[in-house]
Amino acid sequence: MTYPEDPMDTTIVPPRLSAGLSLHPSGATHGGENTPVIDLADVAVWYGDYQAVRGVSMPVARNQITAMIGPSGCGKSTVLRSLNRMNDLIGGARVTGVVSYHGQDLYARDVDPIEVRRRIGMVFQKPNPFPKSIYDNVTYGLKVNKMDTGRTDDLVEQALRGAALWDEVKDKLKTSALALSGGQQQRLCIARTIAVRPEVILMDEPCSALDPIATGKIEDLMHELAASYTIVIVTHNMQQAARVSHRTAFFTAELDDAGVRHGRLVEFNDTGRIFTNPADKRTEDYITGRFG
Amino acid sequence: MTTTTNPRGPSSADVRAELTRRRFRPAETAFKLALQACLAIGLAFLVALLAFAVTKGWHRLDARLWENMPTGRVSRAGEAGVQSAIWGTVWVISLTAAICLPTGVLAAIYLEEYADNTRWYNRLLELNIQNLAGVPSIVFGILGLGLIARVIGLGFTVATAAVVLSLLVLPTVIIASREAIRAVPQSIRHASYALGATRWQTVSRQVLPAAVPGIATGSILALSRAIGEAAPLILLGAVTFIRFNPDSLLSAYTTLPIQIYNLIKEPQAEFQELAAAAIVLMLVVLLAMNSIAIFVRNRFTKRW
Ligand SMILES: Nc1ncnc2c1ncn2[C@@H]1O[C@H](COP(=O)(O)OP(=O)(O)OP(=O)(O)O)[C@@H](O)[C@H]1O
Ligand SMILES: [Mg+2]
Repeated sequence: MTYPEDPMDTTIVPPRLSAGLSLHPSGATHGGENTPVIDLADVAVWYGDYQAVRGVSMPVARNQITAMIGPSGCGKSTVLRSLNRMNDLIGGARVTGVVSYHGQDLYARDVDPIEVRRRIGMVFQKPNPFPKSIYDNVTYGLKVNKMDTGRTDDLVEQALRGAALWDEVKDKLKTSALALSGGQQQRLCIARTIAVRPEVILMDEPCSALDPIATGKIEDLMHELAASYTIVIVTHNMQQAARVSHRTAFFTAELDDAGVRHGRLVEFNDTGRIFTNPADKRTEDYITGRFG
Repeated sequence: MTTTTNPRGPSSADVRAELTRRRFRPAETAFKLALQACLAIGLAFLVALLAFAVTKGWHRLDARLWENMPTGRVSRAGEAGVQSAIWGTVWVISLTAAICLPTGVLAAIYLEEYADNTRWYNRLLELNIQNLAGVPSIVFGILGLGLIARVIGLGFTVATAAVVLSLLVLPTVIIASREAIRAVPQSIRHASYALGATRWQTVSRQVLPAAVPGIATGSILALSRAIGEAAPLILLGAVTFIRFNPDSLLSAYTTLPIQIYNLIKEPQAEFQELAAAAIVLMLVVLLAMNSIAIFVRNRFTKRW
């Protein structure tokens, strides 16, 4: 694999929220020469002695939405967490292989996980707003990253607009975030994440706690965000993967010779290919099984 | 059941009979009675203690309580008060709080948020803290006498008493704070880390504020235990009939429980009554502290 000559020289330019947002992802560069933002090479994740996932090699392309699908327990969340070192927070978790970000190995000794998470943000399956006001939820990331110099109010408004939440909360910014509905809370979590302008946003089943309308809003939002951000989303919902993503990774879990279950990446391709003409029988079974 | 064979389902009269039949459930009843009995025993002792102290000390619950021991104390026993003991308690407990709260909370933060509890030394630490909570207070008194009063040379002072009481209640503060910290959902920490926060930022801005109600409740209960302690202080020279208020960390002192203990030993009826009045005062202080604990818990508890 070839990486830029001096990976440390890659200056990260935070995306601009004000950049023109297009409603539909620009799919022109699928699999093109576009160097990946994140690249996984033979990644395996262990929980103690248990190898939960193995043999994962795939790129994550810039300004695209990459979906991860597969049956429960196949390691989608595990792989997702390995992309911004959230696995560090789980005792005994370990990553082998190479996860590189603009060519820099994220697990190299001298890499600071705090800096990694600042650039690669995450939205969780269950909305988890801080038990503080809506305003404070958005400014928290700015504060801890010392980005709240002046015009904080503008940044809050920008982030909330970016997450399509502004109109619903603009009159009650100082009220508790816990009083919002589940869908609003999830959009607040997205607002909070984009407020610190990460380059990549990881989303672990962000709509699983939401009704179809709230889900629709978040899907629209993802389309818009893809113009400025690189998004990786885990979803159980096939239609959702088909609707929102440019590329899809299909994972499954299989027993090895010793009878231990390991997750693995079966197929990675443009979403259109995965859903219309999968190369692997297992992908086809899974997808047709779900689509009836 | 025969009714289920009826194609139109059971008649409403049958259903009514089934649902409204009085059933006797012996285990339920017995358990409820046992619970009420236990509550009654606990309450009965408290009421008896209060009634005893209040009847006996009633006419001493006045401004004289706020006097100091007069010179020629036996002949003027009726004028004696416990001012120096009140001040002694205030000094000792304030200093105890100042020592044990920061230490206990920081230790709890270390154990919950920083320590890798797969390491044997951290597990040993945890086990020891649990054990320390059960060590008799007199043992802490002996330690204080030997180490802090003599070897370190703080002598029989407010400072020595506060250090020993801090050590005594530290395990309680640590355990209560750990519980409170552990009750903060993991999702909050993850949210914070995912935004690029450091560990200390996560702890100080999210975890601690959310844990404050639990920490405060546990700490107040621990301090009310410290207020009531007499045994270790007897070894640490809490002086009997002290006539002056402490004025520095290195003053000699006495505290309310010690004063009560000493007064009870005196033959004069006046001193007995004064002791009863002091007991009522202590109970009121303890009740007030526990009420604050409950208030803090109810007022500031976060709902997730
Ligand atoms: N913290 C953990 N400690 C130990 N094992 C874990 C941990 N988290 C996940 N695992 C194991 O790793 C495997 C993959 O789990 P993971 O949560 O990544 O699956 P998933 O594909 O996200 O499933 P789902 O779709 O149900 O969310 C499972 O066998 C799971 O039991
Ligand atoms: Mg998952």
